[in-house]
Amino acid sequence: MSVDTILSFEEAMEKYDPVLGFEVHVELNTKTKMFSSAPNEFGDAPNTNVNEVCLGLPGVLPVVNKKAVESSILIGLALNCKIAEHCTFARKQYFYPDTPKNFQTSQYEDPICYDGWLDIELEDGTIFRVEIERAHMEEDAGKLTHMGGATGRIQGADFSLVDYNRSGVPLVEIVTKPIEGAGSRAPELAKAYVAAVREIVKNLGVSDAKMERGNVRCDANVSLRPYGQEKFGTRTETKNVNSLRAVENAVKFEIQRHGAVLDSGVKIIQETRHWHEDTKSTTSGRPKSDADDYRYFPEPDLVPIVTTSEWVEELRSRLPEPPAARRKRLQADWGYTDLEFRDVVNAALLDEIEETVTAGASAAAARKWWMGEIARRAKLADVDPAALGVSPAVVVEIEKLIASGAINDKLARKVLDGVLEGEGTPSEIVAKRGLAVVSDDAPLQKAIDEALAAQPDVAAKIRAGKIQAVGAIVGGVMKATRGQADAGRVRELILATLGVEG
Amino acid sequence: MAAINREDVAHLAQLAHIEMSDDELDRMANELAVIVDAVKSVSEAAGDDVPATSHPIPLTNVMREDVVGHVLTAEEALSGAPDAQDGRFKVPAILEES
Repeated sequence: MSVDTILSFEEAMEKYDPVLGFEVHVELNTKTKMFSSAPNEFGDAPNTNVNEVCLGLPGVLPVVNKKAVESSILIGLALNCKIAEHCTFARKQYFYPDTPKNFQTSQYEDPICYDGWLDIELEDGTIFRVEIERAHMEEDAGKLTHMGGATGRIQGADFSLVDYNRSGVPLVEIVTKPIEGAGSRAPELAKAYVAAVREIVKNLGVSDAKMERGNVRCDANVSLRPYGQEKFGTRTETKNVNSLRAVENAVKFEIQRHGAVLDSGVKIIQETRHWHEDTKSTTSGRPKSDADDYRYFPEPDLVPIVTTSEWVEELRSRLPEPPAARRKRLQADWGYTDLEFRDVVNAALLDEIEETVTAGASAAAARKWWMGEIARRAKLADVDPAALGVSPAVVVEIEKLIASGAINDKLARKVLDGVLEGEGTPSEIVAKRGLAVVSDDAPLQKAIDEALAAQPDVAAKIRAGKIQAVGAIVGGVMKATRGQADAGRVRELILATLGVEG
Repeated sequence: MAAINREDVAHLAQLAHIEMSDDELDRMANELAVIVDAVKSVSEAAGDDVPATSHPIPLTNVMREDVVGHVLTAEEALSGAPDAQDGRFKVPAILEES
């Protein structure tokens, strides 16, 4: 396999203006498939979630899943699309073992959702509007596993095994219009766009939206043209970009590769490229050819879908608050700075902090715990902070214990240890571990007397008026009480013992 | 609509993965041309004000609720497969060695 020559990203950007386009496939989380009542479940034993329709056996009749249609309309509405009053299904013909019918049931000339837009917020707050061409309904294909050969890839495989559990899972394909004017922010925009779509479908509750499971998949189209030229350059379509980072990297790589090809005076071939996470590069798939003559025709087994304004408006009334609007509202409510808020978003702790605040903690305290001690421990354990095992209720209770003076910050961290070891609620742990701040003066006085006896020269200095020397005695007492004393009270008692005015 | 020639038939046969002999291509080109002519008469009857339809019956929104129904076992699903392995359909290598 030859290695492509690439320009540096900066050089490519100096010479060429990138145009992007995305096709994002979203798997819906309906209970059943798009056209059959077989279960839509991830991770089950192969070929156990299929029936005659998913296998494309002769004489079967597909029937549309109403929930899938409604989920598709919800996605369209969230993407500011128009909803077609009348739309049909079509057959897209091709031969590939993952498609047992030898055609995919899809939509062609009249998608259910069209002409939408989505405002994408980049890292520095710049808003970039992406126009949506269409969002249409279709079905997923089966899963191929390539056997034999060295790499597990399709190249060099001896044979392939097919699991049709995914065959017929409802998909919505969201297609953008050509995206112009992104300039050097094209890779960042690519990542932010896919992230925004994923967030929207997750927020709608219509998809599990896990990219690592293929619930959201992106094909990224890239072309370059000289600055000032209106006509688009020849594009390539990079498939298999299945993480946000990969979307960013794949777009960046293709810009760099196109730049080098164009610089050498060669034309870009319109083709499919495959993204390889290991080498962070793309390789050529098959060129666009006769194989892409899909001979679409209207699906004779499915009748048209007609939407009434009552139906669409009822669905619109179910739309949740858009994620971007929610973030604006929460930041204003909590009074976090842009930087603080961005860190919370990047740590994916928005839900946890919101719940913690709702349960009674201050926004500052919620951030302190989640972004501080909990995030630190999560990093050590190599898990997401939200998955560490600390609930918003625990944070609220610890904060209350601190506010009441029952524990201090240092003891609170020990309480957290107890929570993570499953010892119970924070209050129970304080009782069991004997973590409460020692507020009874008698044991403190004993520790003070011992500390003074142990450091007679320091005691003499304090008596002579060198008040700042009291810190050494306080330290001794705190050590003796394993941090469970109130340092301020200890200081008062030491000075009283020595008869010195604080 | 342009007439269907022999090249069109050969192209369609290739797309549809149908192997056809020279004789068959000749015959089908002739027969399809006649069929296309016959179908063409429909456009004489239907003016521009008649929208295209995909179904003869004016039926819309035939949908089902999202409730799990009939499912096959893996054994049943694979019972008609020419070859199977590990509960999955076994198919020949997809790409030729390159």
